[in-house]
Amino acid sequence: MSTTDSSAGIPAPPPNDTNRRGPLAEVFFSLLRSGTFLTGLAIVTFWVACALFGEHFAPYDPLADDIINALAPPSAEHWFGTDQIGRDVFSRVIVGSRDILTVAPLATLLATIAGTALGLFTGYFRGIVDDVISRILEAFMAIPVVIVALLAIVALGTSKTTVIVVIGLSFAPIIARTVRSAVLAERELDYVAAAQLRHESALHTMFVEILPNVIPPILVETTVRLGYAIFAVATLSFMGFGIQPPSPDWGLSISSNYGMIGGGFWWTVLFDALAIASLVIGVNLAADGVHGAFND
Amino acid sequence: MTEPAKAMTGKAANALELRDLSVAYRVGGRNRAVLRNLNLTIGQGEAYGLVGESGCGKSTVALSVVRYLPRNGSITGGAIALDGQDVMKLDAEALRRARAESVSMVYQDPGKALNPSIRIGRQLTEIFELASVSGQAAEDRAIAMLNRVRISDPVSVMQRYPHQLSGGMQQRVAIAMALANDPSMLILDEPTTGLDATVEAEVLDLIGQLRQELSASILFISHNLAVVSKMCDRVGVLYAGMLVEEGPTQAVFNDPRHPYTVALLRCLPRGGQRKDQGRLDTIPGFLPGIGADIKGCAFADRCVLATERCRTEPPPLYELGDDRGRRLSRCHYHEQAQSLPRATPSNVAAPARQAASPAVLRVEGLNKTYASHGHPLRAVKDVSVSLRPGETLGLVGESGSGKTTFARLLLGLVPPDEGGMIELEGKQLAPRLESRSDDQVKAMQIVFQNPDSALNRSHSIRHIIGRALKRLAGLSGAALQARLDDLVRSVRLTERHLALKPRQLSGGLKQRVAIARAFAGEPRIVVCDEPTSALDVSVQAAILNLLADLQSKEDVSYIFISHDLAVVRYLSDQIAVLYLGRIMEIGPSEDVFAGPHHPYTEALLSAVPKLDQSETVRIRLDGEIPSATNPPSGCVFHTRCPRKIGPICETQEPPLSEAKPGHAIRCHIPYEELERLQKKAVEPEPA
Repeated sequence: MSTTDSSAGIPAPPPNDTNRRGPLAEVFFSLLRSGTFLTGLAIVTFWVACALFGEHFAPYDPLADDIINALAPPSAEHWFGTDQIGRDVFSRVIVGSRDILTVAPLATLLATIAGTALGLFTGYFRGIVDDVISRILEAFMAIPVVIVALLAIVALGTSKTTVIVVIGLSFAPIIARTVRSAVLAERELDYVAAAQLRHESALHTMFVEILPNVIPPILVETTVRLGYAIFAVATLSFMGFGIQPPSPDWGLSISSNYGMIGGGFWWTVLFDALAIASLVIGVNLAADGVHGAFND
Repeated sequence: MTEPAKAMTGKAANALELRDLSVAYRVGGRNRAVLRNLNLTIGQGEAYGLVGESGCGKSTVALSVVRYLPRNGSITGGAIALDGQDVMKLDAEALRRARAESVSMVYQDPGKALNPSIRIGRQLTEIFELASVSGQAAEDRAIAMLNRVRISDPVSVMQRYPHQLSGGMQQRVAIAMALANDPSMLILDEPTTGLDATVEAEVLDLIGQLRQELSASILFISHNLAVVSKMCDRVGVLYAGMLVEEGPTQAVFNDPRHPYTVALLRCLPRGGQRKDQGRLDTIPGFLPGIGADIKGCAFADRCVLATERCRTEPPPLYELGDDRGRRLSRCHYHEQAQSLPRATPSNVAAPARQAASPAVLRVEGLNKTYASHGHPLRAVKDVSVSLRPGETLGLVGESGSGKTTFARLLLGLVPPDEGGMIELEGKQLAPRLESRSDDQVKAMQIVFQNPDSALNRSHSIRHIIGRALKRLAGLSGAALQARLDDLVRSVRLTERHLALKPRQLSGGLKQRVAIARAFAGEPRIVVCDEPTSALDVSVQAAILNLLADLQSKEDVSYIFISHDLAVVRYLSDQIAVLYLGRIMEIGPSEDVFAGPHHPYTEALLSAVPKLDQSETVRIRLDGEIPSATNPPSGCVFHTRCPRKIGPICETQEPPLSEAKPGHAIRCHIPYEELERLQKKAVEPEPA
């Protein structure tokens, strides 16, 4: 390609295949080549499909009891056995992801939005604003999620919304910290000074100039947090602060059946536990893949 | 065991021989050629310079020699022989030994070559331990090495960490490490590029002296033609992975026989060329991308002399008859190369300068003190300048001299200390940017040094320039569109570039975007902070021409910061030389260059390597730039001054006294005396 501009001898940029795609497209294509990411994505997609369509292929109604067949071990009729009131464990595991897969992502989304805003403000203004907000956030991070949840439930009552708010707000400071450090680095770049030399408002500089450049670390942190959020929702449900019966939620099922393990009825707990573990592993693998793609 | 082997074959074999070397990088699933059938020979004890613009494959040559290519790089053909030994055939162990014993490399950034968490002494003794010398013996040899690279007080340097040394010292240590195993081949890849002029001169002197002490052959890679011309016996010009010209250094630079070499040399501002005397020549177009399919001559697309034959028939390396040594040129028409017409017309419409127009900018007694670990750090001390419309003030000085801080003070990006005054068109400016009016803000803009940092990588070029027009010129809608097209054309970009993101543009194009942005609000003053330091010479020439054109068209004033004196001289009407935040000399550009100069200016001028090698008396500065937290008493330059006259220099700070109307020097030595001393210095001294 050698088209030269008659205007002043500045020809077209040289063809350069490596530059043709944008940075996000580049990341996308490297994700498609990442075994880690694809494995994680497959696991997560499987559970999302179960949550969406599980009731159509679950062999039994996950909520229907059958006292006569209570605590039946795994068999041809009940692949994963039945629980203490005779509900089919296999069917319950299949649809059990429904609540956790709405609550955990919403909590993560809330954490990301709140954390990004806080991180932008503290990183951009630095100084006293940063000192005050950062110390508050650190204090917040020092309190265990469970205690915050307990207090919130006393104050707000148990509901999915409470769980979302509690987990969202407990994770926000962690995301804020990541965003803040990315913003501190961006702020030193000359395009921020150039924005100041146009008398841009602080909000414009933060959200239009800086934010697009700190998206990569935010995406990485968000996927990592999603894994933790799933774990946290399951924990809260297990403790009775989270999702409430009669939902076939995994954490809740483990909570109501774990007393049975001593009696040898391991199937009432094992499959739910494996389900939680596989989902968390799936999300973490995907997160690893995203992290790798952005940091190559 | 290699010693006897080396001795046996060493005499006969060349130090390095590349035969038909081809290297490709695998990008996007395809092998793309970077080096194409490169033939190159370096004799024993010879210093060979490899020059070329970025992207031509210089560093790939260096990496190939020791098979250090990145994972996507592979040698696709040809052979590499080090001391007659085929590098391609070495197994892992033999390769390790070759790297440990016979080849050493010194890279551009010494900070990255040294391990930041290990003391210098340990890093040096490690090398001797590899050669089974240990304990006190290794330490003694390490100290001897440091002495050899002229480091004073090596015992204390051994105890330090790399970050406690200056850039020049770090590079000396890196050179000491490279020389520790007495290599037969030393590869220097842009060894002085990141260093200040005076430090560069020192490092180059050191390499020159070491050449005489050691038997090592040198492959010297640099984009800086003058540095290569100073250091090397022979030079090869690399273009698109091919050698386009080769020969004895002086012959090639004084009598180039390839249009590319001719054009490259013309891009440099030389012999005190100034903006009102003519524009610099440029090389239109771009280097072919890596892996590009080249049918004829690689340079044909950019060569004004190219004919149909050049586009279809790849030129061989013609051997030229020359009594100065073997010369090669890869041009069908090498005998006509020097008749290459200019790509950019030189003529300029001389602007009618209004002599007595009032100053657009007046700065009086500006100071800036930072707090550094509880100590005051005076980054800028008592600086006063004034600037007329359409003129350029050049700011010169080494890193840490306060040039950039001064620019940021002017722009209001950092507030100065109480007491100073900045006056723009007769009105005093508020110290902080936020308190200045929109008009004042748009009147003073900046072109930053590094366009990658200055342009928001998430935004398109259209957004970047458009936003500036909206905010600075207050335009919107169709008016904005019209002005955008205008502006884009005036910095010689095209419509096509607007949709792209900065990363899709080359360095020179990015800098044009930055210039367009700075000119969006029709500024009165544009600060140019080393705008061409990251660019190749051909691109630099185009940017300097553009700045000169815009200045004569818009009557804008520049504050031009650069460490490159030739560049500053080309663009400046007035020059201020800064040292430790103080103006040491200020005056009309011609006076500052013609002298008499401040001793510091004199040292700066003599540190610049010159292409023509006309031997001038070199003035070398000793030691390091002192820390600004603890500046020397009296004249801050006395610790390094070669013309120090006595105790008065240590106790009393000389005033900046006007020697001639407009030309002021901060020195205790009277003007006439300086003139006499410096005139004497120019005359050749008996050896």
